[in-house]
Amino acid sequence: MEKTVAKKTKEATTKTTTAFGKDTYMYWYELMLLMRKFEEKTGQLYVQQKIRGFCHLYIGQEALVAGAETATRKDDRVITAYRDHAHPIGRGLGINSIMAELYAKSTGCSKGKGGSMHMFSKEFNFFGGHGIVGGQIPLGAGIAFADKYNGNDRVTLCYMGDGAVRQGALHEAFNMAMLWKLPVIFIIENNNYAMGTSVERTSNVHDLYKIGLGYEMPSYQVDGMNCETVHEAVSVAVARARKGDGPSLLEMKTYRYKGHSMSDAATYRTKAEVEEFKHKDPIESVLATIKKNKYATDKELEAIEEKIKAQVEESVKFAEESPYPDPSELYKDVYVQEDYPYIKD
Amino acid sequence: MKTVQFREALREALNEEMRRDESIFLMGEEVAEYNGAYKVSQGMLAEFGPKRVIDTPIAELGFAGIAVGAAMNGLRPVVEFMTFNFSLVAIDQVINSAAKMMSMSGGQFTVPIVFRGPTGSAGMLSSQHSQAFENWYANCPGLKVVVPSNPCDAKGLLKSAIRDNDPVIFMESEQMYGEKGEIPEGEYLIPIGVADIKRAGTDVTIVSFGKIIKTAFAAAEELQKEGISCEIIDLRTVRPIDYKCIIESVKKTNRLVVVEEAWPLASISSEIAFNVQKNAFDYLDAPVTRVTCADVPLPYAPTLIEASLPNAARVINAVKEVMYVSK
Ligand SMILES: Cc1ncc(C[n+]2csc(CCOP(=O)(O)OP(=O)(O)O)c2C)c(N)n1
Ligand SMILES: [Mg+2]
Repeated sequence: MEKTVAKKTKEATTKTTTAFGKDTYMYWYELMLLMRKFEEKTGQLYVQQKIRGFCHLYIGQEALVAGAETATRKDDRVITAYRDHAHPIGRGLGINSIMAELYAKSTGCSKGKGGSMHMFSKEFNFFGGHGIVGGQIPLGAGIAFADKYNGNDRVTLCYMGDGAVRQGALHEAFNMAMLWKLPVIFIIENNNYAMGTSVERTSNVHDLYKIGLGYEMPSYQVDGMNCETVHEAVSVAVARARKGDGPSLLEMKTYRYKGHSMSDAATYRTKAEVEEFKHKDPIESVLATIKKNKYATDKELEAIEEKIKAQVEESVKFAEESPYPDPSELYKDVYVQEDYPYIKD
Repeated sequence: MKTVQFREALREALNEEMRRDESIFLMGEEVAEYNGAYKVSQGMLAEFGPKRVIDTPIAELGFAGIAVGAAMNGLRPVVEFMTFNFSLVAIDQVINSAAKMMSMSGGQFTVPIVFRGPTGSAGMLSSQHSQAFENWYANCPGLKVVVPSNPCDAKGLLKSAIRDNDPVIFMESEQMYGEKGEIPEGEYLIPIGVADIKRAGTDVTIVSFGKIIKTAFAAAEELQKEGISCEIIDLRTVRPIDYKCIIESVKKTNRLVVVEEAWPLASISSEIAFNVQKNAFDYLDAPVTRVTCADVPLPYAPTLIEASLPNAARVINAVKEVMYVSK
């Protein structure tokens, strides 16, 4: 087995050796801008009560999904928690069906039955948004188990929050994933807060990648505000998993600009802290690279922004005009068995 | 009397008991520095300090087990689950440790503990955040299960739960925390296991508990206009169940409707229906009827929630069914 190397962040990981070209930067830019604009709209619509329930925005964390998408194939698998709007966008699922899901409409990607926390798309290998913190960690290992069992070379990206790593399920899953060399990459979206609780207040172990070391899992801390570093770290882990060498743990240092959910005023952190991270905004830095290298003219960039705005508007229109699920849907999608005898008194 | 919110009534109970007994402590996610996910424990860290008001990581199985161990060793923990949906992560320690400890140790180890937090649906949250667990925990011997429906009961019952020497599951509702009600100025306790007749009536008995009892109150108001008089029993505790109160009422009204938010199979309503047909068969003028959540995970869409949850219209229909009047 390859020797486990735990890299410290910054020096080691902000530099990348891969040369990224124009296409990659343009892809990242468009993808992240779509996520950002989609979620900014989502936030507005939530305030207008068009979208209900618990709603968690990914704004600030986009580089994680963007960088991981360029490092994986579309037939690889993705699973995450409830902060799950960006992941299916990254997979390629159209935003119409995501917006419709937020609107609880029957045209949504989960037919209006899941809502913000439960986006799913089998077609795009997105195994869902999951609401019980940590619940998706063993699931991710299990998805990878099936691919290994079937003898294909697909890998699974299993995302989780910094809060989720304190669940016992993580340890059981990590151990078995290593024991059985499952092709899964555990990605911690370390935005430093689980609701109002900072990482420092949940454990003695503040460098979360170290959790993997107890299982001798290759574990790294990565600058998660950069598509480049994310791409490179995920690429290395993916190559290892595809070869049959088993899982990796990637602790991505990132930040959420908004509160935990729409009802959180985020009084547990300072404005200065939020501003500090906004200076490292992943979309801004990709844009700076594009401009520096003249990958696109201002006019072209403007056109991209217009296109994305129109796409988001179109998704809202689509969701508005779609119907709610018919009440008869209540007894559908619970069992595969079509004539299941529900208790109806 | 004074008017307080449901959350304030709970907080008063916690504060009064913690002032009275040093061995009581509160632990859970966001209970201390954030002042509670639903602000039940607002100000408690400031008063009692971090030794007694303890923020935990998201590790329900671990902290539930730690609390049970602490209870075995002389402390009196109050564990807050952010919602009972997340108690499923901890349920091994609640059932296999807390509930069974006294029995399997031949009475040597007792577990004076309260597990509290919201149960049931709370708006459009989809199935993983909407389950009603009253019957799940009520099924387990060794536990007591309390489900208050208003601030006054909540305070008196929580104080009793904390003083109880057995493990108590205490279930609240996200949708009730802001609701106001009158409570006595001074200290009071309400005993566990005693139902309360919240509305006296003569024609039909409606048994319910927790947040969903409101659908029964609304139904009773409507039915009164049609000359149907409903007696509403608030169980307040679903383990043990105050069967005597129910039977006495059924002997008077001869008709029974049970309203609960949980799923129908092996529920509180099926248990009550069994008990009443066994012990008051000759008094029944109609089969016992119930209103429950639909037999499916609760989805996100409002149309499906509407089709699933108990509401006043369904309770009215159920009452008319046992009254044999047309709907
Ligand atoms: C088992 C469980 N416990 C508690 C919760 C309530 N809860 C939802 S999100 C959350 C914080 C999770 O934080 P983190 O894992 O860091 O993810 P982030 O929200 O930062 O993406 C908590 C405590 C839950 N959903 N599931
Ligand atoms: Mg976090």
